[in-house]
Amino acid sequence: MSKRTDSNVYTLIFAIVMVIVVGSMLAFFASSLKPNIDENKRIEKQQNILYAMGVNENDESSANFVSTAVAGQEFNKYIKKQLVIEGDNITEDEKAYLIDVKKEQAKAKKGGTRRLPLFVGEKDGNTFYVAPIYGKGLWDAIWGYVSMDENMVVQGAYFDHKGETPGLGANIKQRYFMDDFYGEHLLTEAGVFKGITVAKGNNDPKNEDKTDYEVDAIAGATITGDGVSAMIKNDLALYVPYFKTLKK
Amino acid sequence: MGLLSKKDAALIKDPLFDNNPITIQVLGICSALAITAELKASIVMSISVMFVLGLGNVVISLMRNIIPSKIRIIVQLIVVATLVIIVDLVLKAFAYELSKTLSVFVGLIITNCIIMGRFEAFALGNGPWRSFLDGIGNAVGYGLILIAVGFFRELLGSGTLLGIKVLGDPIEKTGLYAFGYENNGFMLLSPMALIVVGIIIWVQRTKNKALIEEN
Repeated sequence: MSKRTDSNVYTLIFAIVMVIVVGSMLAFFASSLKPNIDENKRIEKQQNILYAMGVNENDESSANFVSTAVAGQEFNKYIKKQLVIEGDNITEDEKAYLIDVKKEQAKAKKGGTRRLPLFVGEKDGNTFYVAPIYGKGLWDAIWGYVSMDENMVVQGAYFDHKGETPGLGANIKQRYFMDDFYGEHLLTEAGVFKGITVAKGNNDPKNEDKTDYEVDAIAGATITGDGVSAMIKNDLALYVPYFKTLKK
Repeated sequence: MGLLSKKDAALIKDPLFDNNPITIQVLGICSALAITAELKASIVMSISVMFVLGLGNVVISLMRNIIPSKIRIIVQLIVVATLVIIVDLVLKAFAYELSKTLSVFVGLIITNCIIMGRFEAFALGNGPWRSFLDGIGNAVGYGLILIAVGFFRELLGSGTLLGIKVLGDPIEKTGLYAFGYENNGFMLLSPMALIVVGIIIWVQRTKNKALIEEN
């Protein structure tokens, strides 16, 4: 017995109607929720930057941002200057934290000059220089914010990811990984940029050696770890000329 | 049970043990391997699947008489993808932090074979209420295995449960580690999930001989 729903015409009409209904439904949701989502993302960036310079609500083992309600206020309080470095040209821009690092990387690849945002924060009399980094992990994008002192010694780091494996690569945003970066040197004594490698078997699981340019890797997350090393090396190296000018 | 008839109750109970989606139907293995390195991820994934499968089964069941059989798989895929994306968008707008935890699972839920399997095998031929029960039952059955695997992998692989160090500190050498115990890093890698699932299947079939297939 052939059913009405078996005919080609019916199938075709059904497919078309379905696509239109589903498409408009998704478009409606996406566009009506976009302002809220964008606002959440903007606040998150401020929270990330504050986290990297040590303004957070961490308890013993978990990473906690300052609450979304006060993020804007805290950001204005602690971040003194937002710089945009473009070659030798350094300008201040209070929207610098909204610069899309991914787009800037793409621009540099096409031969353009990359705009490098740098956030200068002050807390308890210390100055922090926070730089955003962006790279790729195993499945998708990974990014982060690293705060440094004027000698490019890491004062804090925050990492995040789009779709790393839960329990493995996703653990780059866990305290036990991010906290390892604290105090690590990025420059050799001679002032040459060396970066920090996420290394397996660096014989320093407690991370006491801060000048070995290595932190302990996460078991089962080799490719994500390599991605973290790469984005630190590629992106932070670009800030070296600026830090050299601070010394003069 | 007064609320459910015997037949309906079976829809919930069967998938928990004797017709478990992972150990008997061998569906959803991919996500069981991918995300069970931690107990927390297992629990989050179980709850998400329960939500999507329960709701998806109802939607497919309501549409079962109008879906053209030639393109039914595509229709099922679209329904589940739409549901998951709408939920993800709403979470991103109103519960951003929760969505950060869940967004990793979105792709995994859409491609989860249990969901397509239950749509195809059950919801297309049954009413919405029974489909809903079937969805919840299967999701719970799936969740049980996921949580069991996550429990052993996190305990033996990292020495923690839900992130809490239950066996002592491996670096400070306290608790069990003081006696020379070491975490088994291999437990964190996917092959061990397969082996743990295998052991569960073995134990289950030893207990209930009726499950062993003749060949």
